[in-house]
Amino acid sequence: MNPRRKKRLFIIVSSISLLGAAIGLMLYALQQNIDLFYTPTEILEGKELGNGRIGAKPQIGQRLRIGGMVVEGSVVRSESNLNVSFKLTDIGPMVTVKYNGILPDLFREGQGIVAQGILVSFDTIEATEVLAKHDEEYMPPELAEKMKGIKHVKPKYETKTQY
Amino acid sequence: MIPELGNFALYIAFAFSILLSIFPVIGLKQNNARLMAMAPNLTLGLFVFTLFSFLCLVYAFVTDDFTVVNVAQNSNSLLPTHYKFAASFGSHEGSFLLWLLMQAGWAFAVAIWSKGLPVDMRTRILSVLGWICVGFYAYIIISSNPFERTLPYFPVDGRDLNPLLQDIGMIIHPPLLYMGYVGLSISFAFAIAALLSGNLDSTWAKWSRPWTAAAWAFLTLGLTIGSWWAYSELGWGGWWMWDPVENAAFMPWLVATALLHSLAVSEKRNAFKSWTVFLAIAAFSLSLLGTFLVRSGVIVSVHAFATDPERGVFILVLLALVIGGSLLLYSLKAGNIKSFGKFSIFSRESMLWGNNVLLVAATIVVFLGTLLPLVHKEIGLGTISIGEPFFNQMFTYLIIPFALLMGIAPLVRWKQDKLNNFITKPLAIIAISVTLTLVWLKVEFNDIKTLALLGTSLGIWIVLFTAVELKRMLSKVSFIKLPLSHFSMVLGHIGLAFLIAGVALTSQYSVERDVKMFVGDSAELRGYQFNFTQIKNIEGPNYDGWAAVINITQQGEHVTDMLAEKRFYPVQRNTMTEAAIDDGFFRDIYISLGERLPDDSWALRLYVKPYVRWIWMGGIIVALGGFVTLFDRRYRNRKHSKQG
Repeated sequence: MNPRRKKRLFIIVSSISLLGAAIGLMLYALQQNIDLFYTPTEILEGKELGNGRIGAKPQIGQRLRIGGMVVEGSVVRSESNLNVSFKLTDIGPMVTVKYNGILPDLFREGQGIVAQGILVSFDTIEATEVLAKHDEEYMPPELAEKMKGIKHVKPKYETKTQY
Repeated sequence: MIPELGNFALYIAFAFSILLSIFPVIGLKQNNARLMAMAPNLTLGLFVFTLFSFLCLVYAFVTDDFTVVNVAQNSNSLLPTHYKFAASFGSHEGSFLLWLLMQAGWAFAVAIWSKGLPVDMRTRILSVLGWICVGFYAYIIISSNPFERTLPYFPVDGRDLNPLLQDIGMIIHPPLLYMGYVGLSISFAFAIAALLSGNLDSTWAKWSRPWTAAAWAFLTLGLTIGSWWAYSELGWGGWWMWDPVENAAFMPWLVATALLHSLAVSEKRNAFKSWTVFLAIAAFSLSLLGTFLVRSGVIVSVHAFATDPERGVFILVLLALVIGGSLLLYSLKAGNIKSFGKFSIFSRESMLWGNNVLLVAATIVVFLGTLLPLVHKEIGLGTISIGEPFFNQMFTYLIIPFALLMGIAPLVRWKQDKLNNFITKPLAIIAISVTLTLVWLKVEFNDIKTLALLGTSLGIWIVLFTAVELKRMLSKVSFIKLPLSHFSMVLGHIGLAFLIAGVALTSQYSVERDVKMFVGDSAELRGYQFNFTQIKNIEGPNYDGWAAVINITQQGEHVTDMLAEKRFYPVQRNTMTEAAIDDGFFRDIYISLGERLPDDSWALRLYVKPYVRWIWMGGIIVALGGFVTLFDRRYRNRKHSKQG
């Protein structure tokens, strides 16, 4: 091979191997960081796969995202710290979410939220993050899709003194 | 009346864009100088009418004209005037008009400052911009008219601007970001014009460079300000969350950065030319993709506008036309582009090639991470989310070779250099950087974290090498004779060094605590005492709420008093956390007031974030580097000599 071709070959081979390595690393990192989204029903009964087949339930210890409506009257707070637990529902079944920290401004009973966390028992999630959007009519779109036809409970008018 | 005038002006501007897209092209075909000379004048018309239209919209907002749907939905009579101005680009429609204003403004700037270009080149560039404008103006007129009326039953008052947007950041962030986003259309137009003419020499790169640098600098500034705004406004102390919309703006930035470096090779060494053209096309396509993601409602994000499928389809078609058309043209013409510059494996060229590979890899990472959830959902595999750890991990890998290259590349000669010259110095500098960092971290935090060590040493490595390089240059030429574009490189690299160090330090050493406090309680964090002294009522122009007064002391000495607010905006019935921030060069103290708990105590989130300011300071220095290039004699003389 003449030196020019050799150089070109070197450049091409090194580009490809660099890109290959990058893509390999990326897929590996991706695999560890994909969080599936579940509704309370799906956590308890498995994801529906279509044709009436039911898929696997999430495993205990799995990282996941859950979206649901906060059940009225289910919010329990600790006296001494910021531990809080509440129940989430979509079309009936309920799961419990435990969280330590500040809830978002728009968190309230009857409102749709999304939580990210780890499934610690078949119906309990320890959340690392709780999200609610800055819009009173907000419902997580994933949830809205699952709950087609079910009426979204609008939060009552909030006044300052009700914090 | 005024909104009708604005609407009418918008139609006239649309007409100008159609003329701009047709007549100069006919002029080129027939070699008719008079038709070609129309291009700059048509661009002027486009700009003037768009500006007038935008001012009409601002007028409607400032005078509370609630007969306009856009005003009624996004403003309120109680809103302070400067936010009324900001509200004029707070909605989808209004922001698109701002976008058009920027587009027309950039085109007009090209018309003014391109007198040095050959007439045919200039005409081609302006008509390519004309084609882009036709698409955008048609879009706003057909599906997003900001002047639509609510007559005859108009509301007495408006629904107010989203409280999140009522911040100084809203006034500066969108215009800067759009300047950058839209500015990339200029690099695109230069590239397409060059492809069309088949004349891609190094002068082309020289023409394109200042424009690309300007757009890139605006984009850098827009992203930096956006990050700072998210930090101060969202109330949880984050400065970048890999939100799809942030990613949408970050991808064009990554590609534009690659383009800027590749253009340097094209200009100076006559190499990488077809690659440079490809990057110019990619940068603009990604900025269009970003627009699609933000405005079509396919993603959920704090930035997403209200959704409307029709809008999405329109942008998607536009996107397909631009990407498809330009790639087709590229594939037809790129084969003819010859790069003459030869270089060996170890040379400045190959270093810059490394820069490009890494930046493209980073773009692919962001692209996949942003779009994979969408694809996953569309093909029926269920909804997923890709967490921040993915991006953080990938960028940690990528930044190591990137920063290492960035240090030595400016010292490597063009064409060919000896690898042997680059063994002792880099080793010495690595040793110095790591030692300095170890001492620094030990003294300040008494705890050495690997990632902080890594990032900070890389930052110091870049700064030291930049100093070495500058010293070497100054031994050859005097300070005054050193070209400004050289300083722009120095600024860009040092800014990024600060940014990397800031990111590493703040992400590793920030501490936060969620606490439940009664008035009178105090809490400790990283040596600071947070004393909750009082809770008081506050009353703003369009909100009311609570403010927690927190007195900060360190070893018994008073540091500062902070006011963390919880605001309630009655019009939108929205609650907002207005964080208290005590900023400093070395650390920020950051407090968010959470909810009032049933027993009348309050939830508070306390943060101490070391070196977080370095991130934005670094970003601003980087942007400054981009602006400095514009005053380089090489680009300035050209303009002056041709104008005079």
